[in-house]
Amino acid sequence: MSTPTTTRIVGASVPRKEGVDKLLGRACYVDDIDRDGMWHGATVRSSIPRGLIRSIAFDRRIDWTEFTIVTAADIPGENCIQLIVADQPCLADGKVNHCEEAILLLAHPDKHKLREAVGAVQIEYESLPPIFTIEESERQDVVVWGADNLLKSFLLEKGDVDSAWARAAHIIEGEYRTGAQEHLYIENQGVIAEYSAKAGVTVWGSLQCPYYVFKALRPVFDLPEDKVRVIQAETGGAFGGKEDYPSTLACHAALLAMKSGHPVKMVYDRMEDLAATTKRHPSRVRHRTAVDHDGKLLAMEIDLATDGGAYATLSSTVLSRATLHATGPYLCPNIRLHARSWATNYVPYGAFRGFGAPQAIFAMERHMDEIAAAIGIDPVELRRINFLHVGDTNATEQLMREPVILDQLLDHALKESDYHARRAQFARENPASPVKRGMGIAAFYHGSGFTGSGEVYLNSLAGVDVTPEGNVRVLVSNTEFGQGTNTILTQIAAEALGIDYANVTMAAPDTGVVPNSGPTVASRTSMVIGRIIERACMQLLALLRKDTGLGATFTPDEFFAACEHYRAEHGEVRSLCRYEAPPGIYWDDQRYHGEAYGAYAWAVYVAQVAVDTVTYSAEVEDFWAVQEVGRVLHPVLAAGQIEGGIAQGVGYALYEKVVWQDGRMANNQMTNYIMPTAEDVPPIHVFFEEIPFQFGGFGAKGLGELPHDGPAPAILNAIRDATGVAFNSIPLLPEDLYLGLAAAQPAEETAAR
Amino acid sequence: MSTNISATSSKRWPTIQFNVNGKTRMVKVPPMKRLLDVLREDLHLTGTKEGCGEGECGSCSVRMNGELVNSCLVPVMQAERADIQTVEGLALDGELHPLQEAFLCHGGAQCGICTPGMLMAAAQLLEHSPHPSMAEIREAVAGNLCRCTGFIRIFESVAATVAPQNASPATKLTTEQTDHAR
Repeated sequence: MSTPTTTRIVGASVPRKEGVDKLLGRACYVDDIDRDGMWHGATVRSSIPRGLIRSIAFDRRIDWTEFTIVTAADIPGENCIQLIVADQPCLADGKVNHCEEAILLLAHPDKHKLREAVGAVQIEYESLPPIFTIEESERQDVVVWGADNLLKSFLLEKGDVDSAWARAAHIIEGEYRTGAQEHLYIENQGVIAEYSAKAGVTVWGSLQCPYYVFKALRPVFDLPEDKVRVIQAETGGAFGGKEDYPSTLACHAALLAMKSGHPVKMVYDRMEDLAATTKRHPSRVRHRTAVDHDGKLLAMEIDLATDGGAYATLSSTVLSRATLHATGPYLCPNIRLHARSWATNYVPYGAFRGFGAPQAIFAMERHMDEIAAAIGIDPVELRRINFLHVGDTNATEQLMREPVILDQLLDHALKESDYHARRAQFARENPASPVKRGMGIAAFYHGSGFTGSGEVYLNSLAGVDVTPEGNVRVLVSNTEFGQGTNTILTQIAAEALGIDYANVTMAAPDTGVVPNSGPTVASRTSMVIGRIIERACMQLLALLRKDTGLGATFTPDEFFAACEHYRAEHGEVRSLCRYEAPPGIYWDDQRYHGEAYGAYAWAVYVAQVAVDTVTYSAEVEDFWAVQEVGRVLHPVLAAGQIEGGIAQGVGYALYEKVVWQDGRMANNQMTNYIMPTAEDVPPIHVFFEEIPFQFGGFGAKGLGELPHDGPAPAILNAIRDATGVAFNSIPLLPEDLYLGLAAAQPAEETAAR
Repeated sequence: MSTNISATSSKRWPTIQFNVNGKTRMVKVPPMKRLLDVLREDLHLTGTKEGCGEGECGSCSVRMNGELVNSCLVPVMQAERADIQTVEGLALDGELHPLQEAFLCHGGAQCGICTPGMLMAAAQLLEHSPHPSMAEIREAVAGNLCRCTGFIRIFESVAATVAPQNASPATKLTTEQTDHAR
């Protein structure tokens, strides 16, 4: 562990920048905003998963003259939500491809009148056959997207897999599945839109990526850049769920605003949010692995499939990240990985913390325990002998140049969790107890920032300015939604400029004010944007020194006096920088070969789980999380990210099941979609090893998504340790445990119970 | 339902009087209107949040006559002559409530949307149990869902409130100390 450079503010747990507003209840979320003359909007949605719209009728019991009604015919520009592939309409026009697809919009001054009105729009359909599984989509008997249902595929190859099987001492196969997962941010999706011929479209919203919404609005309204403005309101949780969906919602509200001549607020209630917005992609991953007598990996063949839902949305990039995390933090000379995302007639799946990595890592880390069991070695030792080290290459043949301290993380996790002693204790106690306990482990990495050349294409622009009132403002489009963007970026700026944390604020997250520094996703904010802010601050100091004679050391008063001097000469005090790739980054997007990520965060997680063989409930009793995420910029926020991600991972493994009925989410309420409560989370022990990453903001790497990757495999590995039964599918609910344990018992024992 | 009918019936709405954060308030609203909507829409106290509208998430928690209630489940007529405390009533004389200060120092708030309800649940606990055990803290906030923190730092924040020696030595924070540009 290297010693970080001495810093005043970075590394200290300063108060959250917007914390006081949140604690006083005066932080302004979108539903707290009221505009003069504001109306409310609602959405009429498809009740079938696939079909043609034959007629739309309006029940005469409603006085429709009071309402503004918008259909696809009212769209002034293109009827398309721009993201990666232009396949998703803003409003269905003639056909629908999933339940809850938006067909028609209503606005009225009284929001309490909308529910009845939505129910009074009668739509007749001619049904077409839907498909609901990866397997149906693969068969292509029914084609629901493109020519073949295939949203995206990748083939990644390293070495020579085909010749490796003959040399294998063991070949182990397994199939692993993960289910859909709801983000369940506590603030539902919502926006307010205004329209005027002069100013164009203005949107306030609960969202992660103001410039994504900006990019989506322009073609729908056929407006130039200066006629579209997007402002993020305080955002009550997102987790990826507010990466792409707000683009659709913003277009809807803005269409209603344009036609009604009023500002229009659209805030979903929980049932609509759960039914109609994106979820984590379900996955099916098949592993075939060759190992030698000692358990060294010789070859891996992986077939990875995700269910993408009805439109392409972000499925290609989620699949990319799944692909790049599917082989784990292990050295394997021969790899063939075929990844495909398939269309079905569900609501499109989208971004969710981890973005494909949790699915792929669940399969890999579950499979490692099956390999260990098959060849009779300790799962810890199997991992240890296969870990990547500096100088090795991973699946894309990226050379590990930065320190890799997996052995150290593993040792730390084993020690803190007292892993071996507890495992031995449970092995003694379990036979005589109806409660079976076990220990499970997961080792993994998570790539920080956009994949491959993604950051170069984004070409993020960010920086700082100094207002005449003496505020330093951080200028970014990266947003705060709980994870700490405001705090971290102002810490970095204050540290780099040598001024107080209190002197630095965030500029409003408003596309009319801040430059495009890319989306707030992919664990990129601290590492990538933090570094740009650090550089912009150094650039500002250099300018002040050159133009105003600011000294090598200075007081805050001298700094601000120099800024005023500079302003008098140049009109403004502003310093912006663009992203600069670390040297030696090479990526081949066709072959999926090269430097997949600028940096990786590394982790080893351990779960202690108790399985009650009377009630068939599984409870995570204790959890240890050891990780290396570069420099920790704010210990309290960092630990909070890890703990929150682990709680979501516990839910992913044991609680959270999306129940589908004919393509609709049947349990779209908090009453029956169950997330972990305060009584369900285990004690979580968080440890950081710090190795500053020289190309990250003050040494940071990404950490926001990492903690969602490890819990599910660690928990299911612990259940295998406790019961001796391999469960390869999540979520694992008590009924699944019952079926699996009953099937594994000898027949006479089952009968005796 | 046309606008005219609503206008006629609004004349028949009763006036409901109750006390919010120490002030007497009167509203003339449909008696079945949710207390949550009356607080947010009629009294403009938007600190109280809606998360689910069915009493599961606790984001709309307020204290009513010394009990913690989900204001989305309370028709306003049941609040007649009640004493109600919302998050806006926690800080006194410009100084953060000790719970607010502890949440700030210990990372108890992330996105902030569950925070008002969480603070009310914690305040309810501390009134009845000034030195709660960790199990009591867990139970007290078990009706309030937080998707960001995994609850760990919320437990720590509540525990730190009653154990000042564990609190961060940060200077006394006031409600004005909000160096935020928005």
